[in-house]
Amino acid sequence: MSTIVRVEEPSSTAATPRQLARSESGSDRVFAIGARAVGAMVLVITGGIGIFLAVQAVPTIRHYGLRFFTETQWQPEADVVGIGSVLVGTATVALVAMTFAFPLGLATALYISEYAPARIKATLVSMVDLMAAVPSIIYGLWGFFLLQPLAGPLARWLHTYLGWIPIFRVDTDPHAALWEQTRYTASAFIAGITVAMMVLPMASAVMREVFSQAPLGEREGALALGATRLGVIRSVVIPFGKGGIIGGTMLGLGRALGETIAVLLIISPSFDLKFRPLEIGTNTVSALIAGRFGDATSTQLSALLTAGLVLFVITLVINTLAAVVVSRSRSGAGTDI
Amino acid sequence: MTTVTAAVPPEAELARHQGELRTYLRTVDDGPVSAPPAPRRHLSAATAEDRTVALGSLAAGAAAAWVICFRLLPWGNPLAYAVTGFVLFLAILTVATSITASGPAVTDRLVGAVITGGAAVVGLALVSTVAYTFIRAAPALPHINMYVQDMAAVGPRDALSVGGVAHALLGSVMQIAIAVVVTVPLALGTAVFMTEVGGSFARVVRTVVEAMTALPSVVAGLFVYSVLIVTLGFPRSGIAAAMALSVMMLPIIARAADVVLRVVPSGLREASLALGASRWRTVWHVVLPTARPGLATALILGIARGVGETSPVLLTSGAAPFFVLSPFTGVMNSLPLFIYSTVRSGEPLYVERGFAAAAILLTGVLVLFVAARLLARQRSGR
Repeated sequence: MSTIVRVEEPSSTAATPRQLARSESGSDRVFAIGARAVGAMVLVITGGIGIFLAVQAVPTIRHYGLRFFTETQWQPEADVVGIGSVLVGTATVALVAMTFAFPLGLATALYISEYAPARIKATLVSMVDLMAAVPSIIYGLWGFFLLQPLAGPLARWLHTYLGWIPIFRVDTDPHAALWEQTRYTASAFIAGITVAMMVLPMASAVMREVFSQAPLGEREGALALGATRLGVIRSVVIPFGKGGIIGGTMLGLGRALGETIAVLLIISPSFDLKFRPLEIGTNTVSALIAGRFGDATSTQLSALLTAGLVLFVITLVINTLAAVVVSRSRSGAGTDI
Repeated sequence: MTTVTAAVPPEAELARHQGELRTYLRTVDDGPVSAPPAPRRHLSAATAEDRTVALGSLAAGAAAAWVICFRLLPWGNPLAYAVTGFVLFLAILTVATSITASGPAVTDRLVGAVITGGAAVVGLALVSTVAYTFIRAAPALPHINMYVQDMAAVGPRDALSVGGVAHALLGSVMQIAIAVVVTVPLALGTAVFMTEVGGSFARVVRTVVEAMTALPSVVAGLFVYSVLIVTLGFPRSGIAAAMALSVMMLPIIARAADVVLRVVPSGLREASLALGASRWRTVWHVVLPTARPGLATALILGIARGVGETSPVLLTSGAAPFFVLSPFTGVMNSLPLFIYSTVRSGEPLYVERGFAAAAILLTGVLVLFVAARLLARQRSGR
């Protein structure tokens, strides 16, 4: 047996590239069209909400002009409607929430990624996720029944000793023999702490995710150079996770601005333009919507929708900025928020 | 001490093996080569001294705070006591550590204590939330009627042995079931479109869906209220509440499913297509089964989010105190709304019923959460 090798001119056997059918077969086309149709439908539904809100806002803005953003009162019967005070109230509650949520969330993330024994790490991660899954009404109950009686005296303490700082002022006498307990309840301070409980796990989960991706080589390098655990955190973990810290905090802020039911349960609505978180009475955009929708006429409804649009736009801008910060930073690689 | 590491052949044998290549080891005769085995250093474990100092500081801080809060100053309040105690603990820890350790070590301990303390506060907050709900619900939970009866003809003064939250539970289940039936095909279809078909239009859809995850839930409720109820004249009903929940959940689930589908290895897709499967068969038999645990987790977490949301149902469903079996006819209660309205009423017995509903809701969310965890673990085990 011998093998016969054909000898051919290379030019005569030049392979002609097979024509791959670019046109899809029937079932593929049906699939692509079907998927596109579902996508278009969802686009119409979700985008429709945004467009609907924007369209509803036009008559309101045309009627009230820019005064809509600066007017503090919400008195539709007197044709005076504005979101000045509720915007300030929303910012106050969110600011108080972030004052508590940022340090505690950062500490939790650092503890889980740097300090916790390896055995309980997975459990702690689940607990933080569980904390994010607890319904907001339950936190509302916690804030209203458990926190409020405890935080009232704390607010009075802050007022007594730090009352000379404007933000800790309350319109009452802290040294009175029978101090006015009610002046310190139903405030932005208590609502803010409750909201902090909801946004903290969100922010903390993003931060921990980023911290856990800090490069091992750099950690070990820092340890080998004699760094303490704090040294590793300061020189490796925090610089690497800066994007995650900022992004997680902003995501939490976005959630804090839109939180409704816990705030509605705790605050006593007021339309004063003030920045005194410890004092009774504040209002937020979402609480305004939930409190006023029932007896609204169609004009008032479109005013409420405009307030909702403003809230949505603020949240959207913050979330987009958060996504950009996380993806731009070094820590963005592989993080998923 | 002479350490012989290999047998050394005599000269004659060396000559015999001239032909082959062999390696010979030198006899080492210069003292011990191997250092005595060093005990492995524990890098992270705290020493007994550290632990003693920390525990002692904690005890000292607690005691000093007791003196300050309850004996010297009028701060007799658990919260003030905890804050004062923690600050004093940090101060005492710093002083006690600086006796034995140098500057960086002291800072390290101090920051470690602050971070551990912060995490402990968060843990305490979570535990207190769950425990407080169940403790306040304890008087109402043992009554069987709480799970099987509704609140029709139950007055504010009626004892806990009459009436229950079953109507709200049924309403919640029905509303969330409708929302899931509406949301899941759309969300899954969109996720498949975004990952499997792609193109510039898919990018537009993805951008809009991601933007809509920022929609506050109360605005979703207000949208459905003004479109369905005010403009189209639907009554306040279970179906309106389900629509509000769907509007809220759709972007969340679509985005989560998109993330899950994106991490399916493209090698699997290519293998299926190379075997001649159509794109639809590839998605149905390869992509979706591979991503099933992740999709289930995304769905369950979306349900857990939806079932606890109060503001969309507050605006759209109305609250009926009795069983409503049809979601189309009229007002219908749900657990979050029941909790909100009972707590707002301020009647002590109503508040207890509200807490019972909260405990049931929390249990449901916990069960969903554990189910999601188990499914996720199944994925990582593969």
